[in-house]
Amino acid sequence: MKDFIIPDRDFGTPAAKSKTMVTLTIDGFDVTVPEGTSIMRAAAEIGISVPKLCATDSLDAFGSCRLCLVEIEGRNGTPASCTTPVAPGIKVHTQNSKLKQLRRGVMELYISDHPLDCLTCAANGDCELQDMAGAVGLRDVRYEKGENHFEVRNTSGEANPNWIAKDDSNPYFTYDPAKCIVCSRCVRACEEVQGTFALTIEGRGFDSRVSAGMAGDNFLSSDCVSCGACVQACPTGTLQEKSVIDIGTPERSVITTCAYCGVGCSFKAEMRGDELVRMTPYKHGKANRGHSCVKGRFAYGYASHKDRILSPMIRESINDPWKEVTWAEAMEFASNRMKGIIAKHGRHSVGVITSSRCTNEEAYLVQKLTRAVFRNNNTDTCARVCHSPTGYGLGQTFGTSAGTQDFDSVEETDVVILIGANPTDGHPVFASRLKKRLRQGAKLIVVDPRRIDLVDSAHIKAAHHLQLTPGTNVAVVTAIAHTIVTEGLFDEEFIRTRCDWDEFQDYAEFVSDPRHSPEATQLLTGVPAEELRAAARLYARGGNGSIYYGLGVTEHSQGSTTVIGIANLAMLTGNIGRPGVGVNPLRGQNNVQGSCDMGSFPHELPGYRHVKNDAVRDVFESLWGVQIDNEPGLRIPNMLDAAVEGTFKGLYCQGEDILQSDPDTKHVAAGLAAMDCVIVHDLFLNETANYAHVFFPGSSFLEKDGTFTNAERRINRVRKVMAPKQGYADWEVTQLFAQAMGADWHYTHPSQIMDEIAMLTPSFAGVSYEKLEEMGSVQWPCNEKAPEGTPLMHIDGFVRGKGKLIVTEYVATDEKTGPRFPLLLTTGRILSQYNVGAQTRRTENVAWHPEDVLEIHPHDAELRGVRDGQFVKLASRSGETSLRAKITDRVSPGVVYTTFHHPTTQANVITTDFSDWATNCPEYKVTAVQVSPSNGPTEWQEEYEAQAAQSRRILAAE
Amino acid sequence: MSADPHAKLIYMANQISKFFESKPQAEGVAGIAAHINDFWEPRMRRHLFEVVDAGGAGLRPLVLEATRSIRRPTPEHA
Repeated sequence: MKDFIIPDRDFGTPAAKSKTMVTLTIDGFDVTVPEGTSIMRAAAEIGISVPKLCATDSLDAFGSCRLCLVEIEGRNGTPASCTTPVAPGIKVHTQNSKLKQLRRGVMELYISDHPLDCLTCAANGDCELQDMAGAVGLRDVRYEKGENHFEVRNTSGEANPNWIAKDDSNPYFTYDPAKCIVCSRCVRACEEVQGTFALTIEGRGFDSRVSAGMAGDNFLSSDCVSCGACVQACPTGTLQEKSVIDIGTPERSVITTCAYCGVGCSFKAEMRGDELVRMTPYKHGKANRGHSCVKGRFAYGYASHKDRILSPMIRESINDPWKEVTWAEAMEFASNRMKGIIAKHGRHSVGVITSSRCTNEEAYLVQKLTRAVFRNNNTDTCARVCHSPTGYGLGQTFGTSAGTQDFDSVEETDVVILIGANPTDGHPVFASRLKKRLRQGAKLIVVDPRRIDLVDSAHIKAAHHLQLTPGTNVAVVTAIAHTIVTEGLFDEEFIRTRCDWDEFQDYAEFVSDPRHSPEATQLLTGVPAEELRAAARLYARGGNGSIYYGLGVTEHSQGSTTVIGIANLAMLTGNIGRPGVGVNPLRGQNNVQGSCDMGSFPHELPGYRHVKNDAVRDVFESLWGVQIDNEPGLRIPNMLDAAVEGTFKGLYCQGEDILQSDPDTKHVAAGLAAMDCVIVHDLFLNETANYAHVFFPGSSFLEKDGTFTNAERRINRVRKVMAPKQGYADWEVTQLFAQAMGADWHYTHPSQIMDEIAMLTPSFAGVSYEKLEEMGSVQWPCNEKAPEGTPLMHIDGFVRGKGKLIVTEYVATDEKTGPRFPLLLTTGRILSQYNVGAQTRRTENVAWHPEDVLEIHPHDAELRGVRDGQFVKLASRSGETSLRAKITDRVSPGVVYTTFHHPTTQANVITTDFSDWATNCPEYKVTAVQVSPSNGPTEWQEEYEAQAAQSRRILAAE
Repeated sequence: MSADPHAKLIYMANQISKFFESKPQAEGVAGIAAHINDFWEPRMRRHLFEVVDAGGAGLRPLVLEATRSIRRPTPEHA
């Protein structure tokens, strides 16, 4: 087991960014630090830890605990070292008899109002108050018992009015006011790091108490989003993880990467033996910089949930119950079936789906399985249904299929356009970093049919909210371009040097046409022309302009066109190639970027190189020793079509639940039911497994080595902290299956797979596990030209040479409202749940979101007699389902919204099979629907439940 | 949309066409052909040619023009 621990010292205050250096003397040692550094931090730089309680280097200095006092020669008094900046030539003393006495006095006061139950306290051994009492040499507390906050009753047995009971409403941590020293670290963390402002200090002086939300709220009912920043910041046992209360303190930690969203936060998996005690955000993680959200920080319990399947299973037909078998039997059964299909229907009748949740190495092996062993290119991945238009659109315009920036870039942005993304729910840690920048004064333009939190929340207000009608993204983006071009706001020099000036002329002529003006399109888009023009001016002329976008852009019949339109905006305004700007897709799953990089798409080999390219195939053929098909393979929807038609018969699906996550559930079910061999490789019997013949149990991210690549192209290590509960890491399972199919594969560690990837893929040529150990993480391209990786892309020129401006004609979707289906349904995510919910539904996160609800505007609700909380039937041309209504004006009249985290809701029964013209990415974001009051589940939901229950039966082992 | 493979592919080809129709004629034709060659599996192109060979009913004119540059799948693939 790799135990990779970097000392995580707390420097007390954040690093200063000044380039001017200052030299001073601390305790006789010279130290040189950037101007603006605190004396506390300067001392820490030379290894001197000044005692402290209210300071921590994730928060701005506050100066309340008075423990970090120092003396400066020639200055009066004993200033706090956390709030006193360094100055040239000063001589600082951190330890002398006066300071010792003062500190001891301060500690004595703290301890006089603190319970002395250290031995049985959950923070025992992990408590800064305890450490500081030791550090200052506190030996005696002279104060007699008096008024305090920690005793339930006073000595006469009367209830203590100052005592407040422990709040354990949050599923993951407790708040024990008796242990609180009111250092304000939690309140400041909630404000500065998370940006939610859920916590405050109520009262003054002795009455000061930490309080969540409004009077009467507890942690769960308050605005708290359970990101864990306060728990992380708390120096005592006041805010404490329940897992530590249950288990005890961890004894070691391993740096790894979160397996939830595409932000790719680095975490320390803190262990005791092979039991995971807690996950804490790693402060040197370059994506998250020490922050986390409720999912990564707390929602890991699914990995040890009782629903996890730990034994391979097979069955003759999907109507049979499952039979548990050995790995060898499962491999034999699966390979015989697949070989039989290939013999009978040819090598193009089978394929694979790689997982965007598994590691790069695992995705690579799965696509290699189909290309080198099945000998076709039928491989696809969940990016098909989320960011495939990003691949196409950015590939066409810039020449590479990925975001242009690192997340640090947001610290230097001045204007952000956020299109079709809801980062506070979908990408919470990025949202916190964005909010921090917005509080510093950056401007925000939100383009979204729904009033997402960032439009208006604590200390954040969007400059413009373009609340467009779902499906009109291209019209809005083109109207922004129209404004920029016709008002002369474009960056001529950038266009002349970085793009093709003649191409710009054609493009300018196209967008300047009055039919693209905001005035001409406002009836269609619902966006007031003046508002749109003001937003365009702000983006073009407001300084560093960046665009962040999500699935609200891609999951449309014109998803690829919108991505192209976004790239056009960045090029027109010269917002490419430096910090603070760029085009940034917010990726959905943890490794969706990586699975795309690894050649999961049916038309391209690893590194985004088309299979038609002889030179590229040659490289792979010579290493793999087989001939690679030169025709593109089937994409997921095409696989299902071919299955229904009878020419596609076998599928190996790793870590992906297409039955729940893909549109038009009935069509997916029909496709799966038509196949002779469906192999599902997953942690749980997911919805797709209802139609499977073979089940390979999967391993969680805690149980294997590998790498994930996040939305900023950052390759992060995933480290094994415990043995796979079902015996094998997922890459080993794929290898066993490949071997059973006749492949001569003998990888013994994922690092060998990465070496092979590096050998075959120019943008990964410099990547190795050694480099990742050394650097922590690296952003591709990483090769001879960029040995340390590439944080910012397209600095001096685009990957494709000149940036390409492409005209973006608006074509209305064919999914239209009418008398039968007058409302537009759009779908999204919620903070506490993740994707199809297979993981988060198996954690305490259900406390926040036990079911999917339908958001509907009060006007539409009243017209239909729908009441808040009541069951409604949601029907589209594809199907119908039922769920509870939530009446809110976050959506406009005519628009309804829901999430798709729960299989019982089956939101995708409603969605249609319309898809993006270029990539077949489904049009999840626009479905014409009708809503009506209902009594409960629809017939389809009941039939589905029955089929699922029937299909999940497992025969007891004999 | 219908489950009929031909109807679906006609729809998809026309969708691609609508994107390329805003480009100059020659570029649009080349664009459609390249797109279908690059992204459509041979089975899909076979179905497309079944439609084209039967007269191309339902296909937009630019798609029909582009089919001259779309690769017919080899028998091994179809």
